[in-house]
Amino acid sequence: MVSEESQERSQWPLWEVFVRAKRGLGHLHAGSLHAADARMALLHARDLYTRRGEGVSIWVVPSAAVVASSPDERDPFFDPAADKAYRHPGFFELPEGVRHL
Amino acid sequence: MNADARYALRLGDDALVAAQRLIQWCARAPELEEDVALANIAADLLGQARALLALAGEEEGAGRDEDDLAYLREESEFGNALLVELDNGDFAVSTAKALFFSVYQNLLYRALSAVAHPVLAGIAAKAAKETAYHVEHAALWAVRLGDGTDESHRRMQAAVDEVWPYTHELFAPDEVTRAAAFAVDPAGLRPDWARRVEAVLVEATLRRPEDGWAPSGGRAGAHTEAFGYLVGEMQVLHRAHPGVRW
Repeated sequence: MVSEESQERSQWPLWEVFVRAKRGLGHLHAGSLHAADARMALLHARDLYTRRGEGVSIWVVPSAAVVASSPDERDPFFDPAADKAYRHPGFFELPEGVRHL
Repeated sequence: MNADARYALRLGDDALVAAQRLIQWCARAPELEEDVALANIAADLLGQARALLALAGEEEGAGRDEDDLAYLREESEFGNALLVELDNGDFAVSTAKALFFSVYQNLLYRALSAVAHPVLAGIAAKAAKETAYHVEHAALWAVRLGDGTDESHRRMQAAVDEVWPYTHELFAPDEVTRAAAFAVDPAGLRPDWARRVEAVLVEATLRRPEDGWAPSGGRAGAHTEAFGYLVGEMQVLHRAHPGVRW
């Protein structure tokens, strides 16, 4: 197995790419790429993820800066939400004529 | 071929040959991401070449289309500048070529986007945006290599020194630029070109070479030896299977 240190030396750092498809929407995670610095990451993201008119704005974030939940934490993190129906807004009477709610 | 057609043809040839050279980096670039970036730039250039060669064919009025012009001319009928046909060399040489050429193209296309020829102006306006990106890509690499390690600095300086003489041809007026109705005087682009390129060289801690030897001949069809191999590779499929399509 290649150690983390030698991998760092042989490859540029990893960046996560977020693309906003149009004004008013949020940036969505599009994928990741390697780049030597932030500006290069932005250029590579442009070339890899917006070649077919997919976006109007790009964010790049060093992958090392992402703090992720671990698969081991899945039960304590997410299971308790499953049986709490009162957290969903399903107990309100909708007034007549209200649409798009 | 009249001067207007020849002018459009040489602009198209510059883009076509630059694209063909650049695509030789495909699967050989230092990183996968860089491979895609270079292929994207080559695809931009190829798009410019198609539009400009099609325009040249129309201006000529002899029924030749973009494929006829790209695939069925001899070496000596190409009017591209020598700069774009030079071998890729190492990544520093390719970067120097890309920087010098993209700044030239960007200035030229910006000027051409204002000429009173709607088709040419339209092609140029689109290409001006594309080449603005090519300039940034090349400039970032020039600075990264020039202001990088001792070895990358040495190679980048050597590349700038090697390619610099070939930049003079880009700005040399000739009978075509003088006679074509919509031509931009290339000599007029030189001061802006020098200002922009020299700014990048300064940031990259690179020395601007002295002006001296100025090889030329590409515009008149006198090309380097390396060009024959490039044309051969570019045309072999079409010549073996005339009219072949995807």
